[in-house]
Amino acid sequence: MSYLRVEGLSKYYDGVSAVEDITFEANKGEFVALLGPSGCGKSTTLMMLAGLEDPSRGKVYFADQDMTHTAPGKRGLSMVFQSYALFPHLNVRENILFGLKARKVPTNEQTNRLENVLELVDLKDHIDKKPGQLSGGQCQRVALARAIVSQAPICLMDEPLSNLDARLRNEMRTEIRALQKKLDLTVIYVTHDQIEAMSMADRVILLNNGRIEQNDTPDRLYNFPESAFSAGFIGHPPMNLIQQRETLLGIRPEDISLSLSSSQSVDGLSTTVIDCDYHGANTLIAVDFRGQTLRFIQQGHHTHRFGTPLTITWDREREHHFCLNTGRRLTNHSLSHSIIEGFS
Amino acid sequence: MKKYNFVHAGLLLLPTMLLLAAFTHMPTLKTVWRSFFSIRTNVTGEFTPSNYQFLFEDDVLWQVLSNSFWYMTITVPASIIIALTMAIWVNARLSGRSLLRLAYFTPTVLPMISVANIWLFFYSPEIGLFNSVMGWFGHDGYNWLGDPQTALGSIMLMTVWKEAGFFMIFYLAALQGIRPDLYQAARLEGAGNLTVLWRITLPLLMPTTLFVLVNAVLNAFKMVDHLFILTKGGPNNASNLLLYYIYENAFSFFDTAYAAALTVLLLIILVFLAFIQFGVLERRIHYR
Repeated sequence: MSYLRVEGLSKYYDGVSAVEDITFEANKGEFVALLGPSGCGKSTTLMMLAGLEDPSRGKVYFADQDMTHTAPGKRGLSMVFQSYALFPHLNVRENILFGLKARKVPTNEQTNRLENVLELVDLKDHIDKKPGQLSGGQCQRVALARAIVSQAPICLMDEPLSNLDARLRNEMRTEIRALQKKLDLTVIYVTHDQIEAMSMADRVILLNNGRIEQNDTPDRLYNFPESAFSAGFIGHPPMNLIQQRETLLGIRPEDISLSLSSSQSVDGLSTTVIDCDYHGANTLIAVDFRGQTLRFIQQGHHTHRFGTPLTITWDREREHHFCLNTGRRLTNHSLSHSIIEGFS
Repeated sequence: MKKYNFVHAGLLLLPTMLLLAAFTHMPTLKTVWRSFFSIRTNVTGEFTPSNYQFLFEDDVLWQVLSNSFWYMTITVPASIIIALTMAIWVNARLSGRSLLRLAYFTPTVLPMISVANIWLFFYSPEIGLFNSVMGWFGHDGYNWLGDPQTALGSIMLMTVWKEAGFFMIFYLAALQGIRPDLYQAARLEGAGNLTVLWRITLPLLMPTTLFVLVNAVLNAFKMVDHLFILTKGGPNNASNLLLYYIYENAFSFFDTAYAAALTVLLLIILVFLAFIQFGVLERRIHYR
């Protein structure tokens, strides 16, 4: 049973498409991340779900009701904005209660809900402060509280963590995920940060140029990228893509290992080092392989000089193959095609 | 070193201090001082509170004060409300809004004297625009500026017309400074247009409103030039306002001492109004 359904959603600005034919579903209580590089249409898609932008084409359904042209306030959803969009002249209490007052919820009900929400987001000591007196993390909590207090079954989040520092971001990630589980919220979460998407979401919808590139669980997105774009976007550092005759061969940096039996070994590819990038726990080594750059990860600290010959190898099972023209994944790829000369 | 700093700072402040002292502080003190003498033109008088006693006996003054009071209490809110309405209207996405904006702002650009002359034509009894238009509907029209019943009202109308466009520009700038995501958030929270106006737009415009209010009140008391062209305070002081009355006393009747006492009265009124505006309103305003 899909709770939220989007069909063929498109948005054009002056004839230029920002979002093109997007179709997806989300179940009740599911955490769906819309992931993509900037300008891929993820925020526009969210705005159309919220009703703050009118779609040029397509439909939006919540609980099987057509909401495409319903006013934002009547869709039964809440939203957390990237900028938090807290009302600067109202204190925390008034900010949280804004929607309840606008919807004329009875006063005692308002107080009850406020109590509960303050408990959840830990803001009890700050209810009389104005947003200007709060830290970034506290503002974030107020924005969350305002979304939760409405008790809307669907919550939209537009890059809610992008204004926080790294430590706070990690903290809030777990916190948001826990809240979502506890309240059984259906969350559509827009982000450009793949770590957020991968760690929080039940399902990730990867967007590129206004289209859905792949709609899958984080696990499948990582292990079975449907396209060269998915392969190149997900993972840090991203997957190596080697151009062959009519296919692209993809191999993740962590799947490549050094072949210890040095240069004369038949069991490997001979390459030369371009540079080494030390990351603390490991080292990212870039090597030149017949004019193309391959990157792979080695545990520990390695310093190879430029031009040092290295023999590398990987498990053939871990290879991914994509069509050179369409970029789509080739599933039953015949092995004979993929064999790189000198790699038995 | 310390002494050098002191001299240095003093020298830097000197131009401003000289200007302020020469054109603000000295005249103020001198006005207060002179208001206690019965000096008429060049005759030396004695120290006396008689000018202030006369304030209470002067029937014209009470008429003028009541005129000024009504002039302020009507033109200030009217021009602010019209300015705000126009600003919200012009700020909305409608075609030709830059033209509309310009049209509203024109009264401010025009010199006061020429504006007053244009309105003199609008109001004139025989050939005037208003009476001509009313003539089409079979109405005889009014002697707008000549009738004590309508003179002050006519002046007010013109003031509102002039001030509203000026204040609109401030409101427009402030409206464009309000972040659009606040409106988006409000709409998502189910707020209707009226709630958005009352709970978001107006509170966030309060700093501008205070600024506009202070200016409007000052302008209401500073108004001289319209009166000079249109009515000269008449008929029978029906449209006379405080500053124009001071001007009359000082430069038409040459009673400078009484004019000085009136000026002190004006000063007290302005200080009182400023105290209300800043002391009471400012505490309730959120500054970004």
